[in-house]
Amino acid sequence: MTSKMAMRILTAIVALIFLISWIMKSGSGMSDSAFTNVRNGFLITFAVFLTLSIFSFLYRDNPFYKFAESLYVGISAGYWMCYGFWSTVVGNFVPRASRSLSEFFHVPYQEQADHIFIYIPIIFGLILLTRLLPKIGWLSRWSLAFIIGATAGLNLTRYLRSDFISQVSNSFIPLFVDWKGIGDFVNHISLAADGQFIAILSNWVIFVGVMCGLVYFFFSKEHKGAFGVASRVGIWILMITFGASFGYTVMGRISLLVGRITFLFGDWLNIL
Amino acid sequence: MKYIILLFLTCSSLCLSQALLAQTASSDPPAEAALVPPEPPAPPSNVRLSDLANDDGHGIQVKWDLSPDDGNGAKNVISYDIYRAEAPDAPDSLWKKVGTAVLGVKFYADKGDRESDSRDYLPKRTDLYYRVYAVGAGVRSQAAPAGPVQASDDWFNSLKVPELIFCIVFLILTVRFINMAKGGIDLYVRPLAGIEAIDEAIGRATEMGKPILYVLGIGTAGDIATIASFTVLGRVARKVAEYQTSMIVPCCDPVVMTIAQEIVKTGYADAGRPDTYKEDSVYYVTSQQFPYVAAVNGTILREKPATNIYLGYFAAESLLLAETGVLAGSIQIAGTDQVSQLPFFVVACDYTLLGEELYAASAYLGREPLLLGTLKAQDYLKATVLVCMVALLALRVITGADVIHKPFDMPWW
Repeated sequence: MTSKMAMRILTAIVALIFLISWIMKSGSGMSDSAFTNVRNGFLITFAVFLTLSIFSFLYRDNPFYKFAESLYVGISAGYWMCYGFWSTVVGNFVPRASRSLSEFFHVPYQEQADHIFIYIPIIFGLILLTRLLPKIGWLSRWSLAFIIGATAGLNLTRYLRSDFISQVSNSFIPLFVDWKGIGDFVNHISLAADGQFIAILSNWVIFVGVMCGLVYFFFSKEHKGAFGVASRVGIWILMITFGASFGYTVMGRISLLVGRITFLFGDWLNIL
Repeated sequence: MKYIILLFLTCSSLCLSQALLAQTASSDPPAEAALVPPEPPAPPSNVRLSDLANDDGHGIQVKWDLSPDDGNGAKNVISYDIYRAEAPDAPDSLWKKVGTAVLGVKFYADKGDRESDSRDYLPKRTDLYYRVYAVGAGVRSQAAPAGPVQASDDWFNSLKVPELIFCIVFLILTVRFINMAKGGIDLYVRPLAGIEAIDEAIGRATEMGKPILYVLGIGTAGDIATIASFTVLGRVARKVAEYQTSMIVPCCDPVVMTIAQEIVKTGYADAGRPDTYKEDSVYYVTSQQFPYVAAVNGTILREKPATNIYLGYFAAESLLLAETGVLAGSIQIAGTDQVSQLPFFVVACDYTLLGEELYAASAYLGREPLLLGTLKAQDYLKATVLVCMVALLALRVITGADVIHKPFDMPWW
């Protein structure tokens, strides 16, 4: 049997299962309206078909996955285009540009003094479109330069605060919490989570982790000798952190899988 | 029959009793109403108004002295309600409640919105009046209007002085190192395994006759990781053009696509092969995360690229892409500044650029004075911070005094 024939048989089986599922789900509908039951039956069956088509990727690339992928990408691209038009052009530009246009699109006209500023992004946007005309396409680089330069400049202070200053600031922690001498420390040593020993240990781990992490990300010196040891400790700390983060995120992904399984076995097969 | 009559009578009597009960409940005055209404607490005194510092001109600071009933007596204050109007004699309906402060608190920052159509709009350079009520159990005090006050914008935000200092220091260091690099001084940058592997990976693709897939992530053109990735893309495009290999760059953002097209085109031109550049090798897929992943995964399985390079801003799609690349048997190089996604790249890719290594990659590859100078300045800033941290913490341990607690969180200067 050729693979083409096998594919046809498989498609026929899938179509048959689809039809049976649609009929059964329509028959078991809860609504009084037959049309609603038929529609809901189709929607659930189609959602199941798309879910299983995407899951079929785990086996290998196949026409069902290609169909689901193309549908997903096409709908998404169309949706974002509409969203961009209605949120940016109609939402931001039209209410500030023209009263008659605002009335046409049923959005309230905003009569403000700063209307002049909206023409700056409009000009840059139009310049960006000059890419479509090869002779003056170079003009679009002005818009691109503005986008990258402006956003990089704006992000500089934001990231400087969130990713650098705040991190450094929070690393100034006491290395000897509630220290009243070595004798007192030894007498009261315990592994209680809110105890002095654990507090001191936690702060030392943070301190050493920050120091060695900074050493690892120091690019101007070769990582050899004591510097290399500190760098290796830094990468170990990073890897331990990544391990914890990996487990945490995988748990989140499993919950997404549980959601899909619940849909298949609950909403579709009514087993759960 | 008699059972039906009995059932009917029972139901009727039940309905009647319910209706009577409901009527009684609604007509009886509440028990509280019969009592003497509680006395209102004394109002707060000395209400002071001032423009909120370090803002864009849409905030007012309201301060008051606590009510004598705050924290004691039967007329205990529960909270303070702050109202705002544009005229002292405005009717009550025009006084807008802007916030509440709990008992014991003597100030409130009325941070309004700058958009005039917003519910929380606070006009700039307009006379404003405030009332502060002390609120007790079900009653509130009298309040006289205070004001006027006007909100104005500040030219200088003193809370951002640390950023200013760091920027100035960074700028000085950057200019110095750029000049050193331009002057021919060799600035050392330690080797980065992931970046050194790029040339090898491009060579592998050439030998296998398969394309190279370059994914810029799902970030916008303004994300630092995307900007860093653009620099590496330029270098990869130049190498690809030299080796006569094909390249696929699917993009998640139209602006990113436009920039990527320019960069790849320039790379081909720099390599002396502008004729081999294909416009459709850099294309837009969609701006939504998971449809984008579905499309890129499909491309990986169909085109079977020899090398996959994932550099930029990534979220949940990181593992989906990297795992598919493993299935396709591609050599994979990844890098992102998203800490939560790095574990997935570390697990599934051959080489991973961790966080700042991605930023360093562009300088390491290009060896351009501008990028090298910036990288060196970053390193020296880090070294300065490291030394300062050790010195301050040592001082703290030796003296036992809290030398500086969270030094950049408040304007302690």
